[in-house]
Amino acid sequence: MIWNAFTLAVREITRNLTRAFLTVLGVFIGVAAIITMVTLGQGATLAVKAQISNLGSNLMLLRPGAGFGFRPSAGGVLNFSEQDAEIIGEQVAGVAAIAPVRSAAMSTIYLHTARTTPIIGTTPVYFVINKWVVASGRLFSQADLRTGGAVCVIGETVHRELFEGADPIGADIRIGKASCKVIGLLKGKGQAGMGDQDDTIIVPLSTLQRRLVGKASAHDITQIVISGRDGMNGDAVIADISLLMRQRRNLHANEENNFSVFDTRQIAEALGSTTQLMTTLLTAVAAVSLLVGGIGIMNIMLVSVTERTREIGIRLAIGATSREVLLQFLIEAVTLSCIGGLLGIVLALALCVGLASLIHVPFNFNLQINLIAFLFSAAVGILFGYAPARRAARLNPIDALRHE
Amino acid sequence: MSAAAPLIEVRHLTKTYGAGEAAFQALKGIDLTINRGEFVAIIGPSGSGKSTLMNVLGCLDVPTTGSYHYQGIAVETLDNDERSLLRRYALGFVFQGFNLLARTSSLDNVELPLLYRGLPRAERHAKALAALTAVGLPTKLASTPSELSGGQQQRVAIARAIVTEPSTLFADEPTGNLDSVTTRDVMTLLTRLNLDRGITVLVVTHNDEVAACARRTVLIKDGLIESDVSRSG
Repeated sequence: MIWNAFTLAVREITRNLTRAFLTVLGVFIGVAAIITMVTLGQGATLAVKAQISNLGSNLMLLRPGAGFGFRPSAGGVLNFSEQDAEIIGEQVAGVAAIAPVRSAAMSTIYLHTARTTPIIGTTPVYFVINKWVVASGRLFSQADLRTGGAVCVIGETVHRELFEGADPIGADIRIGKASCKVIGLLKGKGQAGMGDQDDTIIVPLSTLQRRLVGKASAHDITQIVISGRDGMNGDAVIADISLLMRQRRNLHANEENNFSVFDTRQIAEALGSTTQLMTTLLTAVAAVSLLVGGIGIMNIMLVSVTERTREIGIRLAIGATSREVLLQFLIEAVTLSCIGGLLGIVLALALCVGLASLIHVPFNFNLQINLIAFLFSAAVGILFGYAPARRAARLNPIDALRHE
Repeated sequence: MSAAAPLIEVRHLTKTYGAGEAAFQALKGIDLTINRGEFVAIIGPSGSGKSTLMNVLGCLDVPTTGSYHYQGIAVETLDNDERSLLRRYALGFVFQGFNLLARTSSLDNVELPLLYRGLPRAERHAKALAALTAVGLPTKLASTPSELSGGQQQRVAIARAIVTEPSTLFADEPTGNLDSVTTRDVMTLLTRLNLDRGITVLVVTHNDEVAACARRTVLIKDGLIESDVSRSG
């Protein structure tokens, strides 16, 4: 009986390919959309989390200007001095290491290749705080910092773009108007959410000040990076740094901070909540498309109800039992929904794999969302394919035949 | 099924549509006996209840009161699925509107009742082919209803009705949608099935020419049998 019903169902599907196609399409789009959105959203969240943990758990940043945007120092915003960094390091308990950073975007040339690269001038401590290690060559030393030697270490992206794979160690590159010897190649950190960290050239702060841009004022430090001691109280350290900076800048009690200090936990929270919001929004959009797909299935099923009721009347009249008719319709609906669902999952996988590498997020197969999307759309397909048939199969054959 | 019992035996049969004020009594107490091998025409004006009677006799509809025995089986005691099985194994139908499955080839349409009987593929195919040959359409196996003329569609429908070798063939206005030439073809076909294969044929019609093919004519008026005339020969 089941095999019979299956034969009948397959026959009916192949006879009504348009109807079958539209049903499958509804399930297909809904499933593919929601799986893709949720999977990519989770991938992005994971990527951001991975990058934050890469920064180190005790990292703090001191930036000029109030608020907590990632923006370059604009005119009118007071930068820091090297002294600020020294005094914070000396006076604030819980600070393990501190490095002043001056950044600038400059044109860089090697042989015939030129590009604009973000340059960072800092002290060797910076490498420790940010967990930079070399892939080859060496980092610059305290001696290089003292002498202001024309040396630099470059990130992986710079190596790829400027040297096209050639060994950079010992090569001279032109940064702005000066020439610098590459002494180290940094091990790659990857990229995501916060931009390409490997697109960087790091030079001793004194080199940047003396050779590359010149020292305009004592307040030329655009950022101070700080690592706290293990087990320190982050909020207390931040409060201490704020207090110290307010004193150094002679801010009155009624003036707001004209600098900002925050730790990785706050960055993580901010970025995390942003990606969370994005994921939620995308999921909502995808859920709507799943719903629209479901309505599409409903529509196509309801439109064909008159024709199908007559068909059921014919089948009943020539001796089909209502159970046989229902089984046929159930198999039809299940088959179409499952085909649509499986195609949707396949498309979603292809999209996820393709897009994940395109937008640089990791791809994680999420069984749960695959199941939910599949079961939901299959349920819609089955419900709306089966319910009208159930009603019709209960009619007297003659009433089904006369259905208008 | 008792061989001694008449094929169809109906006592005090009534059929009421709707309920209360709007109730309409289509059949008001029919007594009728039909024996194996008869060719009966049920005639009467529109709204007289002749189609209702045929639907009840064909187990497509249930009577409101009264008894109906088909080969000794009390049909009014059967449930939906049991009536389906009775139709599957004993009855064949031909409708005014043909009622073929759309977008489905003649062969598949004729095979359909055999599929519900669970016959193997080869046997289904052979029987369907034989039935289509019997109605004169052996060359239209792959045609769908929309590719066939009215007369051809009705002949496919007759092939579908006789492919299961039913004991009774019910035809509700089988020529209602056909011209006079194809009407004659279809009636010749029904007469031959009755004479050659011994199939009992019940035809509902208001066409005198069609009624003239039958050896017995039952006139229904206002839900009651007004006359029941058999002619010899």
